[in-house]
Amino acid sequence: MKQITVPFLVLLAKALSGATVRWVDCQPDICQRVYFANHTSHLDALVLWASLPKPIRARTRPVAAADYWRGGPVRRYMARAFNALLIDRKKIKIRNSPIDMMLREIGDTQSLIVFPEGGRNHTDQMKPFKSGLFYLAKKRPDLELVPVYIDNLNRVMPKGEFLPVPLLSCISIGAPIWLESGEGKNDFLKRAEAAVLKMKDH
Amino acid sequence: MQHFLATFQNTAAAETPVAQPALLDFWTTVMMLGVLVGLTILLVIGQVLKRQPESNFDPAIIRNFNKRVITWLTICVLLVMSLLFNKIVTVVLFALISLWALREFITMTPTRRGDHGTLFWLIVGFTPFQYYMVAMNYYDLYTIVIPVYASLFIPGRIAFTGDHKRFLERSAKIQFGLLICVYALSHTPALLYLDLVYWDSEAQKHLPWTGKTAGLLFYFIVVVQVSDMLHFVWDRLAGKHIIAPAVNSTKTWEGVIGAACCTALFGMLIQFATPFTWYGAGFMALVISVMASSGSMTMSAIKRDRGVKDYGTLVQGHAGVLDRIDSVCFAAPIFFHATRFFLNAN
Repeated sequence: MKQITVPFLVLLAKALSGATVRWVDCQPDICQRVYFANHTSHLDALVLWASLPKPIRARTRPVAAADYWRGGPVRRYMARAFNALLIDRKKIKIRNSPIDMMLREIGDTQSLIVFPEGGRNHTDQMKPFKSGLFYLAKKRPDLELVPVYIDNLNRVMPKGEFLPVPLLSCISIGAPIWLESGEGKNDFLKRAEAAVLKMKDH
Repeated sequence: MQHFLATFQNTAAAETPVAQPALLDFWTTVMMLGVLVGLTILLVIGQVLKRQPESNFDPAIIRNFNKRVITWLTICVLLVMSLLFNKIVTVVLFALISLWALREFITMTPTRRGDHGTLFWLIVGFTPFQYYMVAMNYYDLYTIVIPVYASLFIPGRIAFTGDHKRFLERSAKIQFGLLICVYALSHTPALLYLDLVYWDSEAQKHLPWTGKTAGLLFYFIVVVQVSDMLHFVWDRLAGKHIIAPAVNSTKTWEGVIGAACCTALFGMLIQFATPFTWYGAGFMALVISVMASSGSMTMSAIKRDRGVKDYGTLVQGHAGVLDRIDSVCFAAPIFFHATRFFLNAN
């Protein structure tokens, strides 16, 4: 079943979003990465995941909000099909933090797609990044942190709508960054934001 | 020609009736083959010029030329293939082109959250409906649904969302996109459903035309394409007086006039596939050429206003369908109505 529906969903996501994928200063690679992107639409995770080359897609897991993706059988099925890593946004505890769970789940083969803004954004300005990305980088300094800017997908399916309008969108994937030694949390998050915004104007 | 067609008809009538009448006849086939061969020759010339390391031509011009030839060859092959099957296939092909063009247009146009529902209904509602009506040959409906009903629907639907910012501007932009990308373009496959007469000079009256409307559609597409090419050539070779440098820095008056006159001559040459007299075919080609020029000027103006050079580079990697069909969009309704006005059977 999954063999049929996944290619179909990938095709659908590509057709609806009309997404062009630009690899700017970055090449597709199966090494362990964290793709971090701006978040404006429910389609973000699916489209970004679908636009990765197949071998990379097979080992990349979008991190998504459990409260949305567990709501209803269709979403639950889709989350499973896309191999999503569901995070409960409401019950974040220090002991069993989502970061530890993500790192445990990916082991030393899989990559992640995260949206550090923490929720969908419907303004022109990007929201400040949450600290999760920093802790990911601190605990696993070997992970390549790849900035991604998703353009125009918010018009395909804005917040609060459930019918998509198939316009054209663009996904720009930039050069990876790493946590510098001694770099503070705020500085790092600022730098990560700037890396995503750089892809916007590129 | 009349004799040839008459014998063709008689034998067809004498034999058992064919369930699905073929869309093509002898002259249409001749023209299609001629165009395909001509384009292939141009393609070969372009490729040879590209390979030559030192030539007198600007490499940018050759690249542009090659891109055009390849686009048109693709369109012609698609068109021939769809014409070989069924009228419906051609209508579906144009519906898909319309959807893609509309998608590019709306992507380029700034709309707001409140327009989302409107855009959804344009894409899943009005566009398929328009082409459905063309395929069903509901002339009375498909000529008014978009200009009247859709233009009332768009502002109404936007008003219901409660977002009044730049209201008129947004309605107008969406309306324009729909009009150009869907309404105007849908008149091209509508040519297939025309029931025409032709002027018989011996009988001195109009007689039913027994040629195939596929030939008319192909005549239209070929004339637009030749007009585009001639415009390009005239601009480069004789262009002195630029029409509007702020809109398009390459289009000149020499280009418009030269292309229109040469296209008219070309239209007379391929008159055999149409119901027009030789001067009629020339006049139609002249009208098509002028409309095609206005189409590309208009699209240039829109692109300049939005600050993009090609619809293709708007989102990188896309072919830019709108760049290719702007002239077809403008010429199609005029050609359709002119043909219908002069030669409609009823």
